[in-house]
Amino acid sequence: MRMPKLTAFVTATAVFASALTLAASADEVHVLNWKGYGADEPWAIAAFEKATGNKVVNDFFNSEQEMLTKLRTNPGLYDVVMINAAFNDQAMAEKLIQPIDVSKIPNYADISPDKAGSPMLARDGKVYGVPWVWGLTALAINEKAFETPPTSIAEMWNEAHKGRVTIRDDAVEAVQFGAIATGQNINDIKDMEAVKAKLTSLMPQIKTFWSSENDWNQMVASNQIDIGTYWSGSADRAKTHFKLPVSLVIPREGAVAWLDAFSIPVGSKNVAGAEAFINYMIDPKFYVEWVTKVGAPVSANTKAVAALPEDAFNRKVMGDPDVARRIQFQAPITDAQREAYLALWQELKVNVK
Amino acid sequence: MAGQVATGSRSGLRSALPLLLPAYLWLTVAIFLPLSAMVFFSFMTELPLSGKAWSFTLDNYATFFAQGLYWTLLLASLRLGLEVTLWCVVIGYPAAYVLAKVFRGRSREAIFLLVILPFWSNGLVRIFSWAMVLREGGILDTALNAVLPFKINIDLMYSYPAVIIGLVHSYVPYMVLTCYLTLQAIDDSLIEAGRSLGASRLQMLKRVIIPLSMPGLVAGAALIFVPVVGSFMEPRILGGRTGTFYGTVIEDQFVAVFNWPLGAALSFILLAVVLVILALASPVLKRAA
Repeated sequence: MRMPKLTAFVTATAVFASALTLAASADEVHVLNWKGYGADEPWAIAAFEKATGNKVVNDFFNSEQEMLTKLRTNPGLYDVVMINAAFNDQAMAEKLIQPIDVSKIPNYADISPDKAGSPMLARDGKVYGVPWVWGLTALAINEKAFETPPTSIAEMWNEAHKGRVTIRDDAVEAVQFGAIATGQNINDIKDMEAVKAKLTSLMPQIKTFWSSENDWNQMVASNQIDIGTYWSGSADRAKTHFKLPVSLVIPREGAVAWLDAFSIPVGSKNVAGAEAFINYMIDPKFYVEWVTKVGAPVSANTKAVAALPEDAFNRKVMGDPDVARRIQFQAPITDAQREAYLALWQELKVNVK
Repeated sequence: MAGQVATGSRSGLRSALPLLLPAYLWLTVAIFLPLSAMVFFSFMTELPLSGKAWSFTLDNYATFFAQGLYWTLLLASLRLGLEVTLWCVVIGYPAAYVLAKVFRGRSREAIFLLVILPFWSNGLVRIFSWAMVLREGGILDTALNAVLPFKINIDLMYSYPAVIIGLVHSYVPYMVLTCYLTLQAIDDSLIEAGRSLGASRLQMLKRVIIPLSMPGLVAGAALIFVPVVGSFMEPRILGGRTGTFYGTVIEDQFVAVFNWPLGAALSFILLAVVLVILALASPVLKRAA
C-alpha cells in the first residue's frame, strides 16, 4: 500500500521537475551572464521587453567553469550566453554554441574591426561570438595616498605601501599580473620562476585579497589600502557611482585586457529573440544609459563609445592609442595551465602564513 | 533468555519503524545519496557532467600526499580548531555555570536569551559586523582611543586573531548550551555535601563539578572542533592574506577551478583525519567523563 504511493510521488516529482525545465516558451529569452553585469539591469530589461515583446529570464554564473557546466547540463535552456573571449574557443570546440548570423544583428556593423575580427571569436569564417564590452585588469589607487598618480607597476612593491596593497584572490589574474611585472607576455609565460619570485616578494605588502568590487570599495572608503589590482569598469563605477577617491592607473609596463562577447547556445529555442537581445546589448542607447546610471567597461561598438561625452573615462583614457599599445589581450588558457597557476598561487598563499 | 531479549528488541524495532522512517528517509535522500556521489566523484579523473571521458583513479588522494602544501594547511586548520575550542571552553563554561547554578527564574531566561541571540542572525552578517569592529579606525579602535589617555592603534582585521575572534563568537553558544544542560543536571545536594565535608571551592570544581559536567564539555568540544576545522567563510573574510586554510582550499577546488574530484578527495581526507582524532580521543574522554 505504501510503496505504490511512494512511486507515484516520486514520478510526480520527476514529471513536475522536467515540466519546469521544459517550460521555456518561444517568446522567452533565457540569458546566462554574471550577476549585476548589464544584462540584468531592470530598466534595460523593461525597455527590451517593451520594444520586442520578448520576455527576459536571467540566470547567473560565478565562474567561467560554472557557466560551461550550465551549458553542458542544460542543452536547449539558454538562448544567450555571455562568454569571455578566452573561453569562446572551448565552448565552440565542445559544440556548446552555434554560429551566429550577424546580418540579423544590425548593430554588428558598428563593432570595431579589431574586436569583431578577433580570432578567438570566429572559426572557419563563421562568427561564434559578438563582442560586447572590453576592459582592463590594471591598478587602481586610493587618491588620498598619492600626490601624483604612479606610472609604474613597481609601486605595488614600494615599502611605503607595506600592508596597504591588495590583489584579487584569483590564480590566473595573479600569475598574469606577475608576468607583466616581470616583462613577459601574459599568454606565453616563459619564466615561471621569475613570476613566482616576483609574487613572493609582493606577499608581505598585501593587506588582504579582494574577491568582489564591494571588498575593494569598502577598503578604500575606510582608508585601509593605497593601491591594488582592479578592473577598469569597476574603478569607473567606484568613482562615478559611489563617489570614492579611486582612480585607475594603466602602468607603463602594461595591463591585462579582456573581451566579453555574447554567443547563442546550441539548441536555443528562440534564436530570433537572442539576436534581438544581443543587438540591444550592443546598442549605443543602452550603453550610454548603462555607463551613466551604473558605470561599465568599454563597449566594442565604436558608435556607442562615440556617443559618450568627450571627457568620459571610457572614451578619453581607454580610447587612447598609447594605452592600446601597452595592453595585452587574454588568450585561451588550457585546463593544465589553470591548475598549474592555481597550485602556484596556493603555494604562495600558504607560505605567507 | 538471550533469545527472548532479541525478539523483544526486534518487535520494538518494528513498532518504532513508522516513527523512524521519515527521519531515515530524509537522511538517505538528503545526506547519504549526495555524500556517496561525492565519494564516487573523488575517485574520478573528470566530472561526468563535463562531457569528457573519465575513468577511475586514486590520483586525487595521491595529490594530497604528494604536496606538502595540503599537510601544512591541514595542520593549520587542526590548530585553528583546537584554539577555537579552547577559547570556547574558557568563555562558555563559566557562563554556563552561572546560568545553571547562580541565576534563577526570570533573570536566567533573560541571560539565556542573550546567549542564543547570535544564533538567530545570519552568519555572514555576524562576520561583517566583526569586520566593522576590528579594523583600524573601526568601532573598537575609536572607542578605546576615546577612553584611554594614550594613543593605541588597534587593527586586528585581516589577521589570525580576527579569525579566532569571529569563529569563537559563532561557536561559543554550542559550548554554553551543552555545558548548561549537564551543569543544571548536577544535584545541588552533591555540592552541599561536598561543601559540608570541607571541600574548598577549587576542590569542588575539580572533584565534583567538572567531572559531572564532562559529557557536556566533550559534546560541546566535538560540536565546535569539527566544523571549525573545515571552516572557510570566516578565514576568507577576516583572515586577509593569512586566511588560507584547508577549508578555503577545498572551496577553491569546487568554486574557482571546478575540480570537484580533487575537492571531494580533500574533503574525505579531512573527514578521515577528524574521525581518527575523535576515535583516538574517545577512550581518554570516556574515562574522564
